Amino acid sequence: MNEKKPCRKELLDWINIVSFAVDDTKLFLDTHPCDQDALEYFHEFKCQRIQALNEYAKYYGPLTLDTADSQTERWNWINEPWPWQEGGC
Amino acid sequence: MWNYEKRLQYPVKITQTNPRIAQVIITQFGGPDGELAASMRYLAQRYTMPYREVTGVLTDIGTEELAHMEIICAIVHQLTRNLSPEEIEKSGFDKYYVDHTLALWPQSAGGTPWTATYFQSKGDPITDLHEDMAAEQKARTTYDNILRLVKDPEICDPIRFLRQREIVHYQRFGESLRIVQDHLDSKNFYAINPEFDPNCK
Repeated sequence: MNEKKPCRKELLDWINIVSFAVDDTKLFLDTHPCDQDALEYFHEFKCQRIQALNEYAKYYGPLTLDTADSQTERWNWINEPWPWQEGGC
Repeated sequence: MWNYEKRLQYPVKITQTNPRIAQVIITQFGGPDGELAASMRYLAQRYTMPYREVTGVLTDIGTEELAHMEIICAIVHQLTRNLSPEEIEKSGFDKYYVDHTLALWPQSAGGTPWTATYFQSKGDPITDLHEDMAAEQKARTTYDNILRLVKDPEICDPIRFLRQREIVHYQRFGESLRIVQDHLDSKNFYAINPEFDPNCK
């Protein structure tokens, strides 16, 4: 299992990349709601983002409410550093 | 309804403190063309916006501005953490420090507190979208001004990202203005106010 553990920084960089693609495409779609290429692009990166957020939560704690697991001994949301802190996201 | 996502939209990793430049950059937190004013402007304007595309733009850009406010605050925080009293005095950070220690508080570079008078929510889509486009350009100029003063690449990098977002937002607001005008009388855009005059949308 340890062999499969992803590098934290690489995974976080990837989350930032796919999330930015989703964010920027979302704004474009607001003013171009029928653009099929943009809709496909959005779908692709939205799926990648969900997958990456789930993977991150599994190894390094949740970044979102939807990936926070309460079936644990301790509430993990407050364990990891906050994004503006050293070692944070 | 909003949910917090525990990451910055663009990473901030500043290893060298610089309280002098922090006092300049804080203006994009609580200054006249800063991210807090931007977010409050768009989120306030959206309730009476009659066109769904434009309501979407105001909501989503207003939300992104909150993420930008967090990036600015992270930059200012990392530029001012663990300062000694000597560093505070030498850098001119003493006037901020005496009131706020090392905490974040929304003010302009000149020390003026943040105020809702930095923005307007006028209730007329043409008027509001012109304000929004101007706001994005004013923020872009502010980032250009900051970039002339900053030498540290660790600071420049996230500032450049924020500057670029102003240009994208300006583009989306321009498209929003076009969408609004497409709904109006092309011979007289000002014949009615679709946020006020009933049954004229």
